[in-house]
Amino acid sequence: MTRHFVASQMRTVDQVGVEERAARLSSRSIKKGAKVQGLRLAVAMMDLTSLEGRDTAGRIQSLCRKAMVPLPGSDVPHVAAVCVYPPLVSVAKRALGRSGVHVAAVATYFPSGQAQLSERLDEVRRTVAAGADEIDMVINRNAFLAGDHAQVFDEIAACKEACGKAHLKVILETGELVTYDNVRRASLIAIEAGADFIKTSTGKVTPAATLPVTLVMLETIRDHYIRTGKMVGMKPAGGIRTAKDALRYLIMVKETLGDAWLSPDWFRFGASTLLNDVLLQLEKERTGRYQSDRYLSLP
Amino acid sequence: MNIPTRELLFGDLWDYAPAPEARDHVRFEKRYGHFIDGRFVDAESWFEVIDPSNEEVLCEVGEASAKTVDKAVAAARKAQSGVWGKMPGRERAKYLYRIARIIQEKARELAILESMNGGKPIRESKSVDVPLAAAHFFYYAGWADKLRYAFAGADPRPIGVAGQIIPWNFPLLMAAWKIAPALAAGNTVVLKPAETTPLTAMKLAEIFMEAELPAGVVNLVNGFGKTGAAIVEHPDVDKIAFTGSTDVGKIIQRTLAGTRKRLTLELGGKGANIIFADAAIDQAVEGIVDGIYFNQGHVCCAGSRLLVEECVEDEVVEKLHHRIQTLRVGDPLDKNTDIGAINSRAQLEKIQELVDSGVEEGATIHQSKCALPDKGFFFRPTFFTGVSQTHRVAREEIFGPVLSVLTFRTPEEAIEKANNTAYGLSAGVWTDKGSKLFQVAGALRAGVIWGNSFNKFDPGSPFGGYKESGFGREGGWHGLLPYLEVR
Amino acid sequence: MAKAPERITVRKTYKLFIGGAFPRSESGRYTVARDDKGAPVANVCRASRKDLRDAVVAARKAQEGWAKRTAFNRGQILYRMAEMLESRSAVFEAALTAATGLSAKAAEGEVGAAVDRLVWYAGWADKFPQFMGTTNPVASAHFNFTFPEATGVVVAFASEGSALLGLVSAIAPVIVSGNSVVVVVSGPAPTVAMELAEVLATSDLPGGVVNILTGLRDELAPHAARHMDVDGILCVGADDATRKLIGVEAAESVKRVHFEDDGDLSHWHDEARQSPYLIVPFVELKTAWHPMGM
Repeated sequence: MTRHFVASQMRTVDQVGVEERAARLSSRSIKKGAKVQGLRLAVAMMDLTSLEGRDTAGRIQSLCRKAMVPLPGSDVPHVAAVCVYPPLVSVAKRALGRSGVHVAAVATYFPSGQAQLSERLDEVRRTVAAGADEIDMVINRNAFLAGDHAQVFDEIAACKEACGKAHLKVILETGELVTYDNVRRASLIAIEAGADFIKTSTGKVTPAATLPVTLVMLETIRDHYIRTGKMVGMKPAGGIRTAKDALRYLIMVKETLGDAWLSPDWFRFGASTLLNDVLLQLEKERTGRYQSDRYLSLP
Repeated sequence: MNIPTRELLFGDLWDYAPAPEARDHVRFEKRYGHFIDGRFVDAESWFEVIDPSNEEVLCEVGEASAKTVDKAVAAARKAQSGVWGKMPGRERAKYLYRIARIIQEKARELAILESMNGGKPIRESKSVDVPLAAAHFFYYAGWADKLRYAFAGADPRPIGVAGQIIPWNFPLLMAAWKIAPALAAGNTVVLKPAETTPLTAMKLAEIFMEAELPAGVVNLVNGFGKTGAAIVEHPDVDKIAFTGSTDVGKIIQRTLAGTRKRLTLELGGKGANIIFADAAIDQAVEGIVDGIYFNQGHVCCAGSRLLVEECVEDEVVEKLHHRIQTLRVGDPLDKNTDIGAINSRAQLEKIQELVDSGVEEGATIHQSKCALPDKGFFFRPTFFTGVSQTHRVAREEIFGPVLSVLTFRTPEEAIEKANNTAYGLSAGVWTDKGSKLFQVAGALRAGVIWGNSFNKFDPGSPFGGYKESGFGREGGWHGLLPYLEVR
Repeated sequence: MAKAPERITVRKTYKLFIGGAFPRSESGRYTVARDDKGAPVANVCRASRKDLRDAVVAARKAQEGWAKRTAFNRGQILYRMAEMLESRSAVFEAALTAATGLSAKAAEGEVGAAVDRLVWYAGWADKFPQFMGTTNPVASAHFNFTFPEATGVVVAFASEGSALLGLVSAIAPVIVSGNSVVVVVSGPAPTVAMELAEVLATSDLPGGVVNILTGLRDELAPHAARHMDVDGILCVGADDATRKLIGVEAAESVKRVHFEDDGDLSHWHDEARQSPYLIVPFVELKTAWHPMGM
């Protein structure tokens, strides 16, 4: 199917208003059973990520172990996926086996995306062939900021096609888009071009995920669902380090999109250090003692 | 009409556990009389004050007779001419700063009391009422020693004794709005809190004692309308400041006719919240929610009439429909409560009566599906579509969480409809086009215009009405004027 | 037997000034204006409540357009009023002398002061919003500012002590901010007020912004105070009974009511009788908020 980008009427976003709303949602107080339930959900929604130049097979194997059994001896669920660079997909695939943890890989010359489209598409195909279940692509920010929205759309659509059965997450790199209007427009383009998920950031640019940016993206997903009936997933990534942060994102999902999105199928956290903080809080709730990270394995 | 094409499910898959604010350290007396001449005094008769969220009695409060009011006025007069009026502004300022600081120190206790007594969500008492009350004292403290710079070419002088009557919707904040500028300007005060919500005013009296504010500078008398009338009619009161209903405001204006007493009135409203098609709709929907569901809609400046451009009505209504499903109604002391208790049974009945009239007159009612507590006074967030200008729900102040949605086709029509009311307190304008916003804001006959925002308050920002919403301003530089002789 | 003068002078008929026109009172009633010795000066209209009603309609019709004019333009027009008054000072001096028995010097002084007062208020047109307006530093990401707007239609009961200076001192601070006004003149020299109407009619002032009725204060005050389309009442020199009457009736529509002391000519010459704080009673303060963001 060939898709074409049609510049639809786009709602603008008021910065002060959206930030106030995000702050308001952040003031929810999550206690006791709700907290445990929320934190377990956060673990199950996690794309445990390592995207370092120094990543080795050994490092990724260790990460996969943590992904499958985050807290040995407990009933804490496994994470949703591990997220790695393309050359390490086969390592991850082997390590994860039939655990149910997906392999996600960043493709399209992550994080800058500065390569010819044909090269980016080749990378996507190679990565899928190597066993990736999910592809995290970056959008062409230079085309977007230059106003060539149709090109951005066409490239995403081409990536979607290159993905085949793999799920496509489209990274907007909102820290480079700067304004909420741009975030909303890029979200619309990605969704209409066929994204299965839209994702905030590579984690290589500051700011990465923020609550108001996530809210703008969730609202775009919601509006698309209301209009078309098609659900799209959401993945904030980068900068989410604490259990408290994770709960704030979940609150936002619950109150913006409702129960249907409270699932790893429709919401993910892209994070590396978040997992252990969530585990600390779960242990605190279980034992009634404030915890120390010396009792947790490194991710 | 306006049924969403697809429903979002706001269910209990992940429900928030109760998160009640601990109230064990909050202290208050079983009985409060009045606060006159620097100390609490007994009353001749008493009435009960309840928690509207469970109808339990919190304490008993005295009812001030004309004789008691007379004592309070005498104490205020003595303090004005003997102490406060003579005191250098810089010293008055320091008392006000002290009060501001003590309010900040006791913020949590005050917030809890405000929510227990008034029914408002603890989130709002904590983030709005109490910090703003402290900020008002802080703001006007700074004016006390700068009055001669405030009004060019004039030599401002205090008026004397101010009689002040405040409503139940923002008990502590309204007390601060009234007392802070009066004191900064060198006046003394006799203030009557609303009969349903005297608790934080009594706490404020304790704060005045703790601040060692000279006796008689602020006197608080409890009671009903009769007590208020005794203040209004007292011959030795120089100025009346009233916040409350337009009906009572008119009675006060009549009562003061022929006297030399000064008057400011902050009365009712039926604020228009105008949404143009080019607005940032998601933020506008938040503005609608802030405009009408903040403080259970017990807000004189509430955006209770939504005027939405016809071509985006469906979109706005659909979003609003979904949004109100996520509003949490219930225990005011639960940190996650968005809409607390209606302040009194009488108010609940009034809301219900007007809502019934809306249904009878043929408007379409929309309500959230949330469960309501068994005890106490609660009302679901509600809005009406298919409302016309002649409907009672479009004309009368409901003072509850009830919105009327009307439509318009052109900016001229929006302005005409917005102004088609005897009130003129507030309005909202939502558009992405700056020139349109300025044009419409200029044409609206209302004292506060929120552009792409709603229900924002600040001690530096003057507040008050046009037309039957009253006269005089509270807050900011302009808020000093009613408390000074300026020529 | 007295000899007829060589030429019979043409007397002026004094009518009302409503909506820029000079109609007679619909009631057909008149009062005899007399000078300080009791000699008749002229027959003047005794405006009725229906004349008041018509004048309020004219004032309402004119008000929005007047308020919408730029402050600069309103200032120009007030200044034009001063010019026209100055150019006809001889007429006013004669009228004042004839009607009130002022000395020529005192009459000259009053006319001059009236011109100067108009000039003084003319200058406020584009400064009062700066004088009374503020930007307010709020503790959030909002730009917040306050500015004055005209209240609307004001009925003014003018001085009974000073026929010209007192009258001008009532009109100028009310209209400079964009209000329209219906002035009720019940003082001793109604002819002077109607001379002023002729100045106003030739000053580029839009018809209806100022309307002048000669009549009885006690007769018209209750109707003005009761009128639901009147936004404000200014009453100069009201006794307690009049204050009470106006106050009680005005409450029905929460009118802005302002009283000023009256006095003789020297009172009105006092610098204290002109003040930007006299513009304040008939303005509304509008505060606007807007978020600041990207």
